[in-house]
Amino acid sequence: MGHRILALIIKEFLALFRDKKSRMAVIVPPILQLLIFGYAATFDLENAGLAIFNEDSGAISRELIGRFEGSVGFKIVGYLQSEAEIGPLIDRKGALLILHIDEQCSAHLAQHESCAVQAIIDGRNSNTAMLALNYVRSIVTDFNQEQAEQSLGAKLPAQLTIRAWFNPNLESRWFIVPGIIALLAMIVTLVVTALSVAREREAGTFDQLLVTPLRPWEVLIGKAMPGLIVGVGEGSLIILVTVLWFKIPLVGHLSTLYPALIIYVLSIIGVGLMISSFSATLQQALLGAFLFIVPAVTLSGFSTPIANMPQFMQTLTYLNPMRYFLTIVRRVFLEGAGLEYFWHDLWPMSIIAAVTLSMATWLFRHRMY
Amino acid sequence: MKPGGLLRIKGMIRKEWLQIIRDPSSMAIAFFLPLLLLLIFGYGVSLDAKNIPLALVVEHPGVQSSSFSGGFWQSPYFAPIPMSSIQEAETALRRSKVDGIVWLRENFDRDYLNKESPPMSVLVNGVDANTARLVEGYVQGIWFGWLEQEAERAGKKLQSPVQLEQRIWFNPQVRSTDFLVPGVLAVIMTLIGALLTALVIAREWERGTMEALLVTRISVIELLLGKLIPYFILGMGGLILSLLMAEFLFHVPLRGSLWLLLATSALFLLVALGMGLLISTVFRSQFVAALVALVSTFLPAFILSGFIFDIQSMPLVIQWITHLIAARYYVAILQTLFLVGDVWSVVLPNSAALLIMAVFFLGLVYRKTRKNLE
Repeated sequence: MGHRILALIIKEFLALFRDKKSRMAVIVPPILQLLIFGYAATFDLENAGLAIFNEDSGAISRELIGRFEGSVGFKIVGYLQSEAEIGPLIDRKGALLILHIDEQCSAHLAQHESCAVQAIIDGRNSNTAMLALNYVRSIVTDFNQEQAEQSLGAKLPAQLTIRAWFNPNLESRWFIVPGIIALLAMIVTLVVTALSVAREREAGTFDQLLVTPLRPWEVLIGKAMPGLIVGVGEGSLIILVTVLWFKIPLVGHLSTLYPALIIYVLSIIGVGLMISSFSATLQQALLGAFLFIVPAVTLSGFSTPIANMPQFMQTLTYLNPMRYFLTIVRRVFLEGAGLEYFWHDLWPMSIIAAVTLSMATWLFRHRMY
Repeated sequence: MKPGGLLRIKGMIRKEWLQIIRDPSSMAIAFFLPLLLLLIFGYGVSLDAKNIPLALVVEHPGVQSSSFSGGFWQSPYFAPIPMSSIQEAETALRRSKVDGIVWLRENFDRDYLNKESPPMSVLVNGVDANTARLVEGYVQGIWFGWLEQEAERAGKKLQSPVQLEQRIWFNPQVRSTDFLVPGVLAVIMTLIGALLTALVIAREWERGTMEALLVTRISVIELLLGKLIPYFILGMGGLILSLLMAEFLFHVPLRGSLWLLLATSALFLLVALGMGLLISTVFRSQFVAALVALVSTFLPAFILSGFIFDIQSMPLVIQWITHLIAARYYVAILQTLFLVGDVWSVVLPNSAALLIMAVFFLGLVYRKTRKNLE
């Protein structure tokens, strides 16, 4: 019996890797994508275009502008002379942000009133707009605080100290790159499994497989093995690059990460094989794979926090294996969380794996048409 | 075109159409996929943090410490959870029950009255750096507001010299859907285009029907047009469905002109279909073509198009790479047409880039197919 399964596993590997093109398609893109996305996917603003329209001539406005000129988040793209320049500049995306200081600024300050500073932001991409606004706010708050201390001639009555745990410099790359591990491990595993049964259905060889003495669960093992090895293998490669290339601190232990990775890959294999057994053609399997991937990525918390979603959507995310692994991988990497901290993420993922794998096995023999 | 070309194209389209109807997955790609994706993105994705759980540790409640913590109860951004000790709060932070801790030590009120400037410590969970930064900003805001209020109560004026006024143009209420829906349209069209055509030529080769087609009088151009036209119509159908949803379900304003939106979308669809046809022509095996379509379409369009992650903030090399992603140009066009209007200085260069890509992909498909003939 072990011999039969082994033969099937070898056949599955040959089907996947015999062809040079499919070998390349499975191995090369994930690594390339990790390198590109690792740099591309960031919520830190860098060199955002900032134009300054200063109508005031006092010292304080110059000092405030100096703060912006020195900030890494912004790059000054120009100094405007008239209000009429603002509209066209923003329309053609010449600047993300325009800082407008009123001509009454110094006069108001002299009368102990506040000086109004306008931040005009291109809201086309409202996510970037909010990031920029947040940068502006923190520069202005720091500035105000120092000015207030100067005018009081003493320390403020209370000091605010903010410290960030686990990611002291708040680099969003530390958050996103471990997320890419979950993302790419899913894509690779799904690619390997979602097409495997459908391909045989279309070629007619799956029926031949079913009339052999192999039991459905043996077929399952044969079909799952390439996914497991490729998924965990590439997952490891990606973890390696994350640690060695991107220098993301791995505070926790690999021994806690790996069980989670294996269960995660198994649950994706289950989903992939389910999609594949549902499908009669490769085209259908391809569609099925996307119908899973896109919602799974969107509703995982990879790019936008789950806590911000409406309650109904938050409930839906409990069905998504990526949600759990994403939490685990980030917490193991940055917080060094041990099993006792993510146990409640591990068992739902195990249930998903068990259910989808059994469903897939059942579907081998009971297809829809 | 040789005589009878039109007739042959018509025949080809009819054949392709029959295949589309027989396998419901093409229809599903064109109509069900956009429906599902728009619903998920329209309702499910938001970067606006609200009700962030925050542990509030006030070791010895007094007048000042209470008035400070009151600011958190009133803020719409926070959902404070009072805790009795810092140990309890730290455990909660480790267990991800809270995203941050505000900690006022026992002697806070006494030191405040003695003008010793006591510290108010805030700890945030930095794992999600983006949310953490938001939390920092909100906390600073509450803190400064409190200082001003306390100064006023003491009869002094704490002058905050600069008052920030924010004007967010084009989307003043910062509705996430207004920017996400145009962006997700680009992802949808990328998927529709590539998925519809990624397998159609490989399928013919694999089943041996390509040879059968090639021995007929049909020319390569006629063959490709016959393959392109039905899927183009299907893709435009999906687009119109998406636009209707954007307009009537999500109420995204369309400030530019509809004809320009349709024209640029048609152009982008040609690029996406061309990409699919190219995958299909180059790999000639449905399996490999499907593999390539899976790994090369969704993620680049999602991450490198500027739809969620700002392109300007990426390193220069990565910015160059984004120029190879057609969705990048389409996202720029869509966000401008929907939220700003017909800004030619944005629409024209981006459309030109799309045109070049369409010609490139379709030209490559033509050349590759001709080569196969010989």
